[in-house]
Amino acid sequence: MAKQLITVDPLTRIEGHLKIKVEIENGVVTNAYSSGDMFRGWEIILKGRNPLDAPPITQRICGVCPIPHGVSSVLALDDAFGIKPASNGRIIRNLLLGAEFVHSHLLHFYHLCALDYVDITAILQYSGLDPGLNKIKDWVKADIEAGLPGAGAPFLPRYKGDYIEDTETNIQAIASYVKALNIRRKSHEMLAIIGGKIPHCQTLFPGGAATILSLDRLIAFKSRLSEIRTFIDSTYIPDVLAIASLYPDYFRIGRGAGNFLSYGGFPVDDQGNNYYTSGVYIDGKLMDFDRNKISEYVKYSKYSSGSGLHPSEGDTIPDAKKPDAYSWIKAPRYDNKVLEVGPLARAMITYLKGNDSDFKALLDSALSALGAKPQDLISTMGRHAARALELKLLTAKMDQWIDQIDLSAPVHTKHDIPRIAEGAGLTEAARGSLGHWVSLDNWKIRNYQAVVPTTWNAGPRDDYGNMGPYEQALMGAPVADPDNPIELGRIIRSFDPCLACAVHVMEGDKEVLKFRIC
Amino acid sequence: MLISRKKFLQISAGSIAGIALSNLWLPKLLQASNVKNGKGRLPVVWYQSQSCSGCAVSLLNTEYPGIDEVLIEVISLEFNPVVMGGQGDVAMGVIERMVSEETGKFILVVEGSIPVEEDGLYCTVGEKDGKPLTAIDTVKRIGQSAMAVVAVGSCASWGGIPSAPPNPTGAVSASKIIKDKPVINVPGCPPHPDWMVGTIVHVLKYGIPELDDLNRPKMFFGPDKLVHDNCELRQYFDAGIFAKDFGQEGCLYELGCKGPVAHCDASTRGWNSGVSWCNRSGGPCIGCTEPFFPGGTGSGLYEKLPAAEVPGLAKINANANTIGMALGGAVVAGIGAHAAARIVATKYRQAKEEKNRPKGTPYVLKEEGEDK
Repeated sequence: MAKQLITVDPLTRIEGHLKIKVEIENGVVTNAYSSGDMFRGWEIILKGRNPLDAPPITQRICGVCPIPHGVSSVLALDDAFGIKPASNGRIIRNLLLGAEFVHSHLLHFYHLCALDYVDITAILQYSGLDPGLNKIKDWVKADIEAGLPGAGAPFLPRYKGDYIEDTETNIQAIASYVKALNIRRKSHEMLAIIGGKIPHCQTLFPGGAATILSLDRLIAFKSRLSEIRTFIDSTYIPDVLAIASLYPDYFRIGRGAGNFLSYGGFPVDDQGNNYYTSGVYIDGKLMDFDRNKISEYVKYSKYSSGSGLHPSEGDTIPDAKKPDAYSWIKAPRYDNKVLEVGPLARAMITYLKGNDSDFKALLDSALSALGAKPQDLISTMGRHAARALELKLLTAKMDQWIDQIDLSAPVHTKHDIPRIAEGAGLTEAARGSLGHWVSLDNWKIRNYQAVVPTTWNAGPRDDYGNMGPYEQALMGAPVADPDNPIELGRIIRSFDPCLACAVHVMEGDKEVLKFRIC
Repeated sequence: MLISRKKFLQISAGSIAGIALSNLWLPKLLQASNVKNGKGRLPVVWYQSQSCSGCAVSLLNTEYPGIDEVLIEVISLEFNPVVMGGQGDVAMGVIERMVSEETGKFILVVEGSIPVEEDGLYCTVGEKDGKPLTAIDTVKRIGQSAMAVVAVGSCASWGGIPSAPPNPTGAVSASKIIKDKPVINVPGCPPHPDWMVGTIVHVLKYGIPELDDLNRPKMFFGPDKLVHDNCELRQYFDAGIFAKDFGQEGCLYELGCKGPVAHCDASTRGWNSGVSWCNRSGGPCIGCTEPFFPGGTGSGLYEKLPAAEVPGLAKINANANTIGMALGGAVVAGIGAHAAARIVATKYRQAKEEKNRPKGTPYVLKEEGEDK
């Protein structure tokens, strides 16, 4: 059978503009290209600005995950200013970041991914009494009966494919989808209780936070957290396990690079100990993370600048028409290896390090419930499972962190802005390892850069032709119907792509930029 | 039914004069939109250009009506990359269908600025004949066939952060691309869900809402919606109590609050189901609904505004005249100070225009360069 080229553009139900191109032979993917299709030049815009502008402006890199950028940014500024955030400020940042994980993970599973598996038209068979579900049923039915071309929009039209056949499971999933809309909104209310508003909160500053906390706000936060934790236990995890058990082949499809990275994050004390551990897992070996080993390649990226350089030494000039380049995303590598970041990376590294017994016990019980082995985790479904399980434990921690807030203590450490300085802020975001680097001159931002999770995962080939994690995950994937390549979206979405984040990397003039690498 | 610019002007003028817009607009609209589900849902094509998806996520946060009600009863969301089931050619097929078969029957919502440099290649969505479709071409194409255009968020309304100096990609607002019909701006970074849903519902039920001279619905951004005038920290300002550092009690003016020059009703409406709003977090207003946002390198988001001198309150210093403030190279606003018994009556250009406008005369929708 001849080669066939399939393009999915836009790959929807993600953040941003992603194009996936694959070649298939005999129903199997034999070549793959992942392309980021949008560029804004955030770091160029930050140059010359007041450093305090960085947290609010970098949050606006992404409306789905603004908080991680804000947190990375204030960590980088803390580092540059040589200050320690107030303890309350540190906890506030953790609570904001944790609530962001809740929002991102629930949005991702229900509102971005579920439609790849759930058959929304099953609602027509609903015969129960739930008024919400009946409303949806009447709506879809009326649209279809009226013969409207846009019937069931925005959920229809869609690819044809092997959706869940069991009516009851579908209806349960649709009910969860609707419920999750509400729960997800509550995670945003938590963020607003502390951060003023969301997307894009107001309270993140170097030195801590600006929010004057009060008991009523903490209670308001905590009560929503409690409701969310109930949802995670009673709905989210069961739904993930239910879908995973119906698609066991996706424990083998979409394996990806198989090597993992976590920067670590969520400082649990003022001494710099983190809730999420850092580490690198390459070719079956667990290693300590070393920032010096990061480099970025641009041979296939739309930049006309040096390749294979450490992010701190890079200099980048956009070149929209560069021949052979097919993405606005760079190709970051660690020790020249292709690494995946995200919940699965955190799970692998935490599990293998073995010092979090709660996580190990939870993961083992989930694997046994699914009849899966630890190595099956490195897959499309494994990513969903890792995400759900980490959220259960993270939200339990958040509940404890709230109680550590001292309402009589300050939330912010007073500081000056130095004339010349540099700093780095590394954390774990919902989608994986995130780092911001800043250098100051004349009290202004001289250079700014961010290397974000989706850059690691969605990047194109490097100069040696090694494919990025998305591309590797697509290789060998079955495509039953080339006109309806539903499998491709399932694989890519399991990474939780965030393209606005990935495509903005813009380093400065290398002559003026020498970041401190620790 | 395509609404021409002239018609749009008549309608928005009519809105100000209090003409019952439903007669002008609604029946035709309902007819045009196939009266989906018997309720006249408004078909919407939500196109994302250089966006961060923050506006789309904010829309999901709508409380009353909830997003499920919005999707079932208010609009028919034909295209929205964040939530739609379709992808690839199935998704692009929806745009094709809307443009070719539903001309004049739907609203185009634009999220994100549109890059014009490098032939628009800084943002592409979808392919045709193996060639990428640029945002600029697609927005033009959908815009031509849309009944009305709403720009959501400050990027689509003014250019936003992507257009901040030095504007690396030549990012512009939707109104710079769509010239054949006016664009309703619903700014904010992101806009409050009520501003987006409210504007769309208003269009559906009563026609185009009354707009200010920046084409923002007055009901959310009017001169009476000055953040400073409705701020819960205003009492601190009046009493001369100012926070000197983040995390302190007091008015946030000294920390760079843009409330005195920013318009929106966030302070009274409350964000995220009303649980809080910007200044209540201790982080000052950054003026995200205004064309000057986010300013340039000369002044930070937290640069203190030129102040007003008030007798008896030494903490605020300036003269009694209106002071222009340069933000991002453009003089956008000034604060007038009165030596009155209480404090400052804030004024700015639009407010003055509003005051001086003879009763009964409509606002004129200005396009770039029109009145120069």
